[in-house]
Amino acid sequence: MKSIEELLAIKEKAQAQIAARDADGNDGIRVVVGMATCGIAAGARPVLKALTEELEKRNVKNVSVTQTGCIGMCQYEPIIEVYAPGKEKVTYVQMTAEKAVKVVTDHLVNGEVVADYTVGAVTE
Amino acid sequence: MYRSHVLVCGGTGCTSSHSGEIIDALNAKITELGLAEEIQVVRTGCFGLCALGPIMIVYPEGCFYSEVKVEDVPEIVEEHLLKGRIVKRLLYSETVEQDKVKPLSETNFYKKQHRVALRNCGVIDPENIEEYIAYDGYRALAKAVTEMTPEQVIQTVIDSGLRGRGGGGFPTGRKWSFTAANKADQKYVVCNADEGDPGAFMDRSVLEGDPHCIVEAMAICGYATGATEGYVYVRAEYPIAVERLQKAIDDAREMGLLGKNIFGSGFDFDLFIRLGAGAFVCGEETALMTSIEGNRGEPRPRPPYPAVKGLFGKPTTENNVETFANIPQIILNGAEFFNSMGTETSKGTKVFALGGKINNTGLVEVPMGTTLREIIEDIGGGIPNGKKFKAAQTGGPSGGCLPADLLDIEIDYDNLVAKGAMMGSGGLIVMDEDDCMVDIAKFFLKFTVDESCGKCTPCRVGTRRLLEILEKITSGKGTMEDLERMESLCNYIKENSLCGLGQTAPNPVLSTYQRFKDEYIAHVVDKKCPAGVCKDLVTFSIDKEKCIGCGICAKNCPVDAITRTDYIAPGHKLASFTIDTEKCVKCGVCIGNCKFKAVIK
Repeated sequence: MKSIEELLAIKEKAQAQIAARDADGNDGIRVVVGMATCGIAAGARPVLKALTEELEKRNVKNVSVTQTGCIGMCQYEPIIEVYAPGKEKVTYVQMTAEKAVKVVTDHLVNGEVVADYTVGAVTE
Repeated sequence: MYRSHVLVCGGTGCTSSHSGEIIDALNAKITELGLAEEIQVVRTGCFGLCALGPIMIVYPEGCFYSEVKVEDVPEIVEEHLLKGRIVKRLLYSETVEQDKVKPLSETNFYKKQHRVALRNCGVIDPENIEEYIAYDGYRALAKAVTEMTPEQVIQTVIDSGLRGRGGGGFPTGRKWSFTAANKADQKYVVCNADEGDPGAFMDRSVLEGDPHCIVEAMAICGYATGATEGYVYVRAEYPIAVERLQKAIDDAREMGLLGKNIFGSGFDFDLFIRLGAGAFVCGEETALMTSIEGNRGEPRPRPPYPAVKGLFGKPTTENNVETFANIPQIILNGAEFFNSMGTETSKGTKVFALGGKINNTGLVEVPMGTTLREIIEDIGGGIPNGKKFKAAQTGGPSGGCLPADLLDIEIDYDNLVAKGAMMGSGGLIVMDEDDCMVDIAKFFLKFTVDESCGKCTPCRVGTRRLLEILEKITSGKGTMEDLERMESLCNYIKENSLCGLGQTAPNPVLSTYQRFKDEYIAHVVDKKCPAGVCKDLVTFSIDKEKCIGCGICAKNCPVDAITRTDYIAPGHKLASFTIDTEKCVKCGVCIGNCKFKAVIK
């Protein structure tokens, strides 16, 4: 090890790997994926995978991805819900891996809700 | 990126209750369900709540599962990790409130704790250097060697008020300054990890849970004192600690955090492990160094102190594991961070290993000045089975006991010494009304008699004679003169022994005698053991009015000492039993088996 910069570079990389373990990380944005039988059957797993991969690729911190059981609107699965502190919950329905990537880039990174995918837009 | 992290305790306690198998089962099930890329299973160090092991914590939810069995693994993986449904029945009951999961930091066990030395235990994978770096690992070393002079490092440690955590309580910064002041072609840093007090496991848990912090701290000490080589003297009975420490040293070496020209500063430092064979005396600093040199572990007179003539005759700084574990935090956050915690004369935090008659057996770290009552009742969860607290032994075989009327004492070095106990390395053994204090003193003394190295007479012969007096007392043959002889012999051994082992060996006897004189007198004068422990002073009998005549005691008696009488108590159908005290071996099996509490002693 020849410099502090070298150490800090390792630290930054490693920190991203264990961000989910930060007990205080819960005050960040929480993305919840419906993973009951209905959700999994409708393809929630690729959605979940796309979410975590895209978050890692973009090095997004302070976002945790968790699962939940049946949200109750099985015909609209896969469903993901985004809980941001101090903001209204946003529910995205009939998700795919591609749509999930867009949610990460637009909503989680840039703060723009993808209105087209929300439950309000789809059920209209 | 892993969306979920499953942290499983890999400390010695949980490992012996099969946490290793749990990790294997988790990995197998996770792979079977195709979750291997999403979920990471991490073997961490000790969480501290050893009584509830094996322990598992699942992030990001922060669910704390306790007493997990291998059979529970499929349910945890299928329900929690796959479907996101928390397995409520396995949650630690204190973390569940009105169907909601509370953070662990709000439970009674963790609420009053403040983790500095144990900060990474149960948080990181101790075998992964990158995780240590992620939590600011090696940044203190980087700061020390690139931004600070050795004098500044020593001054920071002096200002922090850190005192030796091995028991003596000598100011660490001053110790370092002595070594730094001595000029020599070679100096050494030694870490004392020869933790030998019965019931103490603080140092083991630090080495198992966060080995890199010791590597880092020893390098910092080397830089401050001008040493380029370090030795960790660790017991061979700590295989997990040794393995993880060796891996930590190898990984640090590979990354260039040990070796030549660290951080381009021109500072060289390397580290080696020496295994101890488990002799208690080797925890004494001069005996420890004699042992590292390859000789029989025996102390040598001081002065010369190790700072002048230590390992291989060179100036040496020796500190205990927990002392070192505080160093990186002090360098990184400054002296004020540390000296803002604790009492006037004892700064920072102290780790205690809670054991004996206490609900939450385990490892706790609290600010100095926390009361014994808070540790035992709030954090430790009190005494099991509704029994009454009698005393707590601090400092193991070198320390003393604190009775119930001292429960509100604020724990720090000087308060404990003033009360005839000592901090010691941090073992805290709780005793309840069923424990005989004379027997406890005998237990600790037996340990020191076994462990006396034999070099000096007061310790070798004196402790043996002292033990014989105690044996005489507990067998009911003691006299009041024996008590006087016992006390003066204690003082003689204390004053004349060569090293700390002998100088402190009589402490348990003196302190129990001072605090529980009535129990000693009961043994000598009344020939009774009030707690019913000393077998020679106990007789077993059966209360014939309570005995319903079931005969379970007689069936279980190994020496057939229990026979039926022809007396039938009013209201019972069968004749009661009686114990032949001539035949009785006082094993206590009958008491354990009688559901009607008819057997008394």
